[in-house]
Amino acid sequence: MPELLDHTPSGVSSRLSPEARFARWAGGLGAATALAIAVFLSWNLLGSLSFALTLRGTRLGAIVLCAVAISVSTLAFQTVTANRILTPSIMGMDALYSLLQTVMVFSLGATAWITTPEPARFVVELALMVGFSLLLYRWMFTSKPGALHLMLLVGIVLATLFRGVTALLGKLLEPSEYTQLQDLSFASFNRVDPTLLAVAALIIAVAVFLLWRLRHSLDVMALGRDTAVSLGVDHRRVTTAVLALSAVLVGTSTALVGPITFFGLLVVSLAYQLVPGAGHGRLVIISALLGTLVLVAGQFVVEQLAGNSTTLSVVVEFAGGIVFILLLLKGALK
Amino acid sequence: MSSTVAAPAAASPAAAGSARPGRGALALGLGAAAVVLLALVSLFVGVADIDPARLLAGDPAAWELVWISRLPRTLAAVLAGAAVAVAGLIMQQLSRNKFVDPGMVGTTESATLGILVVTVLVPAAPMLAKMGVATLFALAGTALFLALINRLPTRDTLLVPLVGIMLGGVVAAATTFFAYRFDLLQTLNAWMIGDLSGILRGRYELLWIVAAACVLGYVAADRFTVAGLGEDFTTNLGMNYKATVRLGMFIVAVISAVSVTTVGALPFLGLVVPNLVSLLVGDHLRRAVPLTVLIGSGLVLACDILGRLIRQPYEVPIGMIMSVVGAAIFLVLLGARRRGRTTARTSPPARATAGGEHA
Amino acid sequence: MITIENVSQSYDAEVVVDRVSASIGPGLTSIIGPNGAGKSTLLGLIARLQPLQSGRVTVGGLDVTTTASKQLARTLAILRQENQVSLRLRVRELVTFGRFPHTGGHPTAHDRELVEAALERLDLASLADRYLDQLSGGQRQRAFIAMVLAQDTDYVLLDEPLNNLDMKHSVAMMQLMRTLVDEDGKTVVVVMHDINFASSYSDSLLALKRGALVAHGGPEEIMDTEVLESVYDMRIPIHEVDGKRLGLYFGSPQAARQA
Repeated sequence: MPELLDHTPSGVSSRLSPEARFARWAGGLGAATALAIAVFLSWNLLGSLSFALTLRGTRLGAIVLCAVAISVSTLAFQTVTANRILTPSIMGMDALYSLLQTVMVFSLGATAWITTPEPARFVVELALMVGFSLLLYRWMFTSKPGALHLMLLVGIVLATLFRGVTALLGKLLEPSEYTQLQDLSFASFNRVDPTLLAVAALIIAVAVFLLWRLRHSLDVMALGRDTAVSLGVDHRRVTTAVLALSAVLVGTSTALVGPITFFGLLVVSLAYQLVPGAGHGRLVIISALLGTLVLVAGQFVVEQLAGNSTTLSVVVEFAGGIVFILLLLKGALK
Repeated sequence: MSSTVAAPAAASPAAAGSARPGRGALALGLGAAAVVLLALVSLFVGVADIDPARLLAGDPAAWELVWISRLPRTLAAVLAGAAVAVAGLIMQQLSRNKFVDPGMVGTTESATLGILVVTVLVPAAPMLAKMGVATLFALAGTALFLALINRLPTRDTLLVPLVGIMLGGVVAAATTFFAYRFDLLQTLNAWMIGDLSGILRGRYELLWIVAAACVLGYVAADRFTVAGLGEDFTTNLGMNYKATVRLGMFIVAVISAVSVTTVGALPFLGLVVPNLVSLLVGDHLRRAVPLTVLIGSGLVLACDILGRLIRQPYEVPIGMIMSVVGAAIFLVLLGARRRGRTTARTSPPARATAGGEHA
Repeated sequence: MITIENVSQSYDAEVVVDRVSASIGPGLTSIIGPNGAGKSTLLGLIARLQPLQSGRVTVGGLDVTTTASKQLARTLAILRQENQVSLRLRVRELVTFGRFPHTGGHPTAHDRELVEAALERLDLASLADRYLDQLSGGQRQRAFIAMVLAQDTDYVLLDEPLNNLDMKHSVAMMQLMRTLVDEDGKTVVVVMHDINFASSYSDSLLALKRGALVAHGGPEEIMDTEVLESVYDMRIPIHEVDGKRLGLYFGSPQAARQA
């Protein structure tokens, strides 16, 4: 009787086979997400139906893209960096994106930069973002392993430094340029450019697909660097690929809706709790669904029920921070 | 003489400091000279030109500018810089961790939440009362942080600041939420980003409170040093550990609350200054406090002068300069630690406060 | 055959492996030497876990620096001492990862058979559905060895495989190593601390000291008081018991002082 020997702390849940557990959660989350999207689109519709739906549809698109991008990139990022605390946002990737935007305006002048067609500007920014992310983060994660908390602290301070330099450069700009820059970098779910949305959708789809193809390698990477190398996974190449793809996903999502620091951490931690022991294929699906559900439902509550009296990122920051502290106290994150 | 200089190389930084009294005195002397120099420069930098010649000639307009604006501003920089750095030093002893700073672990954020709450509830309350409420909030935030880190499963050196940063983030999110609701985001920004440009005569005097807190910290320095060695150690010496921790928390809370309400947050100051001082003279607070005061005020003066010069005729708030300069210094310190860890793989941890990660 | 040509490695100006050249195999080879001799580092270098700073290593004719990692993984398997897995995995799932170099994450029926065989061989069949974090240290060690067996490579490198094992399991482990060599024709390299275990089961011993190769030969050559003294700076009397040469190193303090 293997069940009797099973001493898992989470008693009842462990009796479900991983397959059944995954099927149950994927089905449940899928249904809940579909419901949330339906409610989001149809709640309190007034006036011209098609106009309102287009407006909400655009916003919904941005939310879903951002949710998928951040959840999936966080999941892969955590695996290649061998921990459950670091996320691209916590390590300052979104702050780096804002900094690059500011630097571009600072060095080229706002007018020259803003008159560049949006997709072109976006692609240039993403290319810079990937380059800098690789320069900055690759040595951190491919050199000496083991100093996790040190890297985490370095990441948080780097993020602060990026934000500080961004703010400082902003102050050094001409006031008119600064206003234009703010329009650029303080996007939100409420003002999404449809052209940008299409470009972003394409980029995110490609990046997520590439990460999906790496899912088996990621499973092996989760066994630790030495074991992964011994099993023939090119550790350096996968790490580089995941860092580059994360940079693309985080950059795109930041360009769409601005930074949401703790969102990825919140979603991926929950996903691991829901389907313990699942491989990356399943984890990608669960965290993408969970992320979409959280953001769509959260945005709905903020918009419709709380009467826009706050922003979603503040709520996520609050909840994510508390989850993080609880996880640390439980010793779940080592 | 020569025998004291030839202290064994393996001695801990604190012991090295005591073996070379000359080094501490030299650092103090240099520090004091630098602060005086920076303070003088600070008096003469700004949009309106004043030069020493006009002052010596007794130009009343120039003197008035000095009395009303420049001197208060310079004093505010000296007081706030010294106090925030000392608060960091005490906080590091209480949490037995070199990577902790009241501005990073929820104390400053709680103080900000406190003023926000009192501003919303009793807008007409006098400044001193608002500061009192902010101090109470800061105390609560600090107590929460210390309680949390005592419940951590492992006391990893770097886990402690992480918990603090997250706690600070949660409190800051709550604060932003309320500020957003009551349309006080603008006001909130003034507290969150330190700025000395609004300091005039009559608007900084409450900062003298923090000077008193610093003196109190110096008087109780030996107690904090002992408390920094741990509860068992403290009790073994017959001292009341809890009372010492409470005193330290009170000093830290007062300094945080008062400095946030008068000049706004000065990020990283309480973190980098004590670390620099520890490298120079070790961790005995009796020796560390004076140097911390000097380096803290010197750094704030320098950053404030820089903020006035970098974008003339506009000013860049000191909080922004501090966050860039401070983060950069901190990264260098962390880098030194990373290298130190790899080369000193086989040597035992040098200090109890910095050795949590060796295994 | 594993060939090591003039391999050196240093970290922060500290030389960890110092101009080592040797040919290893066939059969069971033990790497011995005092703490800090560079044994694990050398093993890791052979298995391309760290990039070579200088020198050249080939395993079964494949240059470990230039051969694709995936191809090497079908030739060579290594298990390090510390294997902490943050994922909540069952034993069978872990062992199935051993087939990854062959299947890329899609195991066939044949792969599953090999996995079951490896589980059986390490006496883990009854534990196959347990989670790794429910196992004792020795059981977990065996689970990882089973994964290495499932990888089914001609060369197997193990870093202190007897860590965490009691006497019974230690003997069983060394007997397993022997059958891998004698029946499956594999080349096995292990890092060992206990010279008696090493000499009783190995075909050859390779002794390192401060990164340099000081002795390399069969048990009868290495298990010699003079040779061992040059390795360990400690006088170890050798006694022959039932045809085996055993070093009695747990003697009185004088054993060390005579040196």
